[in-house]
Amino acid sequence: MSIHALTLLGILFSSFLTGLVIFFLKEESHRLRTWLNMLGAGLKLVLVAALLWGVHEGKDYSWSFEFLPGLQLALGADANSVLFVTLSTVLWFWTTLYAVGYLEDSPHRSRFFGFFSLCVTATTGIALSANLITFLIFYELLTVSTYPLVVHRGTPDALRGGRIYLTYTLIGGTVLLLAVAWFSRLAGPVAFKERGVIEALMATHRGELQLLFFLFVLGIGVKAAIVPLHGWLPKAMVAPAPVSSLLHAVAVVKAGAFGIVRIVYDLYGVENAAKLGLLPPLAVAASVTIIYGSVRAVFQDELKKRLAYSTVSQVSYIVLGTAILGPLATIGGLVHLVHQGIMKITLFFGAGNYAETLGIHRVSEMNGVGRRMPLTTAAFTVAALGMIGVPPLAGYVSKWYLKKGAITAGDEWVALVLAGSSLLNAAYFLPILYRAWFLAPPKTWPREHPFGKWETHWMLLAAPLVTAALVVWAGVFAESSFSPLAWVKLIAAREYGP
Amino acid sequence: MPDTDHRLYLVAGAALFAIGFYSLVVQTHLLRRIMALNVMGSGVFLVFLTLADRTTGSVADPVPHAMVLTGIVVAVCATGLALALADRVQAATNKVDVDDGPDGSQDATDAKEARRG
Amino acid sequence: MTASWSFALLVLGPLMAAALAFVFPRRGRGVALAAAGITAGAWVGLVREVMAGGVQIQRVGGWSAPLGIDLRADGLAVLMLMVTGLISGAVTLYSGRYFRDAHDLESAHRERYFWPLFLFLWAALNALFLSADIFNLYVTLELLGFAAVALVALAGNREALKSAMRYLFVSLAASLFYLLGVALVYGQCATVDLTLLAAKAQPGPTLWVALALMTGGLLAKAALFPLHFWLPPAHANAPAPVSALLSALVVKGAFYILLRLWFEAFHSLNTPAVAQVFGGLGAAAILWGSANALFQPRLKLLVAYSTVAQLGYLFLLFPLAAARDGGFLAWSGGLIFLAAHACAKTAMFLTAGNILHAAGHDRIKDLGGITHVPPISTFAFGLAGLSLIGLPPSSGFAGKWLLLSASLVQGQWWWVVVMLVGSLLAAAYVMRVLTRAFTRVPDATAPHPIPPVMEWTALAMAVLAVGFGLVARWPAELLRVGVPWP
Repeated sequence: MSIHALTLLGILFSSFLTGLVIFFLKEESHRLRTWLNMLGAGLKLVLVAALLWGVHEGKDYSWSFEFLPGLQLALGADANSVLFVTLSTVLWFWTTLYAVGYLEDSPHRSRFFGFFSLCVTATTGIALSANLITFLIFYELLTVSTYPLVVHRGTPDALRGGRIYLTYTLIGGTVLLLAVAWFSRLAGPVAFKERGVIEALMATHRGELQLLFFLFVLGIGVKAAIVPLHGWLPKAMVAPAPVSSLLHAVAVVKAGAFGIVRIVYDLYGVENAAKLGLLPPLAVAASVTIIYGSVRAVFQDELKKRLAYSTVSQVSYIVLGTAILGPLATIGGLVHLVHQGIMKITLFFGAGNYAETLGIHRVSEMNGVGRRMPLTTAAFTVAALGMIGVPPLAGYVSKWYLKKGAITAGDEWVALVLAGSSLLNAAYFLPILYRAWFLAPPKTWPREHPFGKWETHWMLLAAPLVTAALVVWAGVFAESSFSPLAWVKLIAAREYGP
Repeated sequence: MPDTDHRLYLVAGAALFAIGFYSLVVQTHLLRRIMALNVMGSGVFLVFLTLADRTTGSVADPVPHAMVLTGIVVAVCATGLALALADRVQAATNKVDVDDGPDGSQDATDAKEARRG
Repeated sequence: MTASWSFALLVLGPLMAAALAFVFPRRGRGVALAAAGITAGAWVGLVREVMAGGVQIQRVGGWSAPLGIDLRADGLAVLMLMVTGLISGAVTLYSGRYFRDAHDLESAHRERYFWPLFLFLWAALNALFLSADIFNLYVTLELLGFAAVALVALAGNREALKSAMRYLFVSLAASLFYLLGVALVYGQCATVDLTLLAAKAQPGPTLWVALALMTGGLLAKAALFPLHFWLPPAHANAPAPVSALLSALVVKGAFYILLRLWFEAFHSLNTPAVAQVFGGLGAAAILWGSANALFQPRLKLLVAYSTVAQLGYLFLLFPLAAARDGGFLAWSGGLIFLAAHACAKTAMFLTAGNILHAAGHDRIKDLGGITHVPPISTFAFGLAGLSLIGLPPSSGFAGKWLLLSASLVQGQWWWVVVMLVGSLLAAAYVMRVLTRAFTRVPDATAPHPIPPVMEWTALAMAVLAVGFGLVARWPAELLRVGVPWP
């Protein structure tokens, strides 16, 4: 087995094996568990860095194994997968640190971190899947490994949220299974390829391909929370903060968005999809989701719910970018995959800190929180401004490319959607910032600081500060060669060709 | 034997089988049901023996005979097992049938079951 | 080791062990472990022989059919032997502790009879899978039924005794139906050998009647809807390792004979209409069994109804494998599904036994918080559940995927719908139990600790049920050996 194949497997197993070991650790072995967690996350980070470098150098990473007659379990790394795998690995590292701090002294940590590791294994597996069936396997594994995280608290609310989550995702998974089986029947067991694999079927199976596309989007759209398949996401907010961060920024919705990217670019090919007339309906669905999510977010008082609806809206930027033909829109959509991830995770870290330190769960309770927790609130502010699209932060870059792309493609109405959404973003984020910085804090907060000189536990503070820094970096240095944008331009160039 | 006789035996065998099966279904007393099974078995054996006789030539086909012998051994064992079990059922329930619903007094048995593991 | 040794050891090994365990009741566990070792060697050897040299035939005592008895091992048979060997091995390990736990007289009594009966059942199963004629199949099926009934009665309480009695009536009547069919077949074709029948059998009224009788009997034994009524009480009231054996293996014995009849001996009578009827009953079983599983108050009843549902999938093999295009896909899919279900169901019943042991009851609504104590058992239940639902990469998925592909290839999309709905229903009833595991209960009573070997055996079977899916290519190759059509 080549060193390249080993790298791929190593990326999966660095979290899978740690997860398995952690399951069987005693509840009290706190230090060992933390070390294992950080070791796994660190190792994965190193391997992903190696992968990033290798793929940039044009090396070929692939591994496959025939597990059913004619059916391969295949891993590979193309530019698309590297984008997603890097995102999830970097964010996983910081989320793990955050989670260790967050869950200190709460019960069932072995179970939690076990599934946490499985969850990230599934996510990286989705990123590295080289064909449909492998994608399906990891997609379902993701469903299974996140459920225990959602219901972790074990309260009736959590269980109800978990049940709704599972109902949506399992039905979605079943539809996806049908689509995959049917597609394989039509095209054989195909591997993902830039510009798609359906060229030969275009003339003869037009109707079937259109129906299949619909099924794919239906199956994957559940996780991407496209309206009207988004119902589970706000309900899943009962989960602990690190889980919400992970679900929203790294794992579940991102896997959904990434899946749609895969289907459009590497299974159908964006130009073929355009010829089949599949893109406009997808663009409309994404636009409806963007506006609907933002409108609902404005009316949520519960902070995490507001963020959840914001996610519903923001993830569809990625779908929107995918649904518009042309390299600029592609760049806008794909780069938002990263940008939305780092911004949203910062916001959730912030929300978690407020809840954990001061017991704040609602927007209306946030008066003056910036004075009490300046660092957390600063990070929160950077991310929120980024979401609105204030230059020079990350969100601005995505929106700029999306808008340019839409206008180039002749879809001027999309620019209107983007403008409307930005206004709504401002409408639900700016009041929070105003309250946090400019209103007087209530007298009911505990006086003493149990965390030494910091405003909260250092692990809880480090993660949002780092991710907020990433938000700034991704925006300010967007045009440098070490930025998400630079990488995404590479993908777009490969997809559209010379 | 002429062909009509064969038909008679075959019909008789089938009739025994049918009567036995009918009784098995409608009777409730355990002993009657066990007897019903034996009647069914006899019907099957009669069919076997009739078929053994249908070979051309003077000697009957030995294979069905062997099968019937095996079948009788099996039937004896079955009857023995059924009788033993019926005895245990009667001892446990004070009844000679198994007709009430499967959910009798479930909780009492649950508790008992639990102690046993 | 040559094939003839394997044949002998597979049948005689457990049989002799049964006799020994009966004579030396204190040594039951040791004898069973030895038998497990010996048969494992035998089936591994036989699998290798069959993979390398094709179908193996053994003429007992040198007499050939139609007078003598042939034993035969093809891909299908050795797959069944392998599954039997693995599951019996797990049950041996589990039961060694299970029956020892309570030190009262009654459980000593139960252990005394468990070992001989279990070993006898094992011998009957091995003999059944190796039989090459329909009369021998009758004898082995009957032996299997006796052992199974006696094992159900072993629990000793009134529900178990009553279920055993009902089971015995169904089983005996079904065998007699089968035997009457055998008589008619012999009258018509003058042979009972499977291979010879395949050449001789021509559709005609006598054979149709014969086949209808045999099939009716076997369907009752295989508990296919609507003849499944006896199964849930019998499987739910038996001791846990017995439930595992019954659900995983015993019902499969009857199914195995059905395959031999319809795809081998009487393949000329296997018309599309007949196949669709089987498939239709299978579909009804999937829906009815799953729907019932959703409403069972007790864990073991839920698992038993799940068996009713999962058996339905096996019968989808009939309409799908009979077709020329993609037939082998469905054949291998159905049989991989069978193996998957066997492993998963063993894990589930053993876990149910553990939970019963820990909590003292198996009422689903009161199982809240049980995960806090036996996490390994819960984990085992979850993994087995994955395979039952058919989530990738479990073996249940592998089987379902092949069946799905076959239905799509043949355009029989109605089975696709049934299978997908069945998966969702399975998810619903599995989650009914797992949700309890995550429920936080303020003051859960301290449960009885579970012996580690019982937990790990259940987990091993569950891991097998999932992991087997990753190497499912291999059984598919094995099944090619001696597949009943070119």
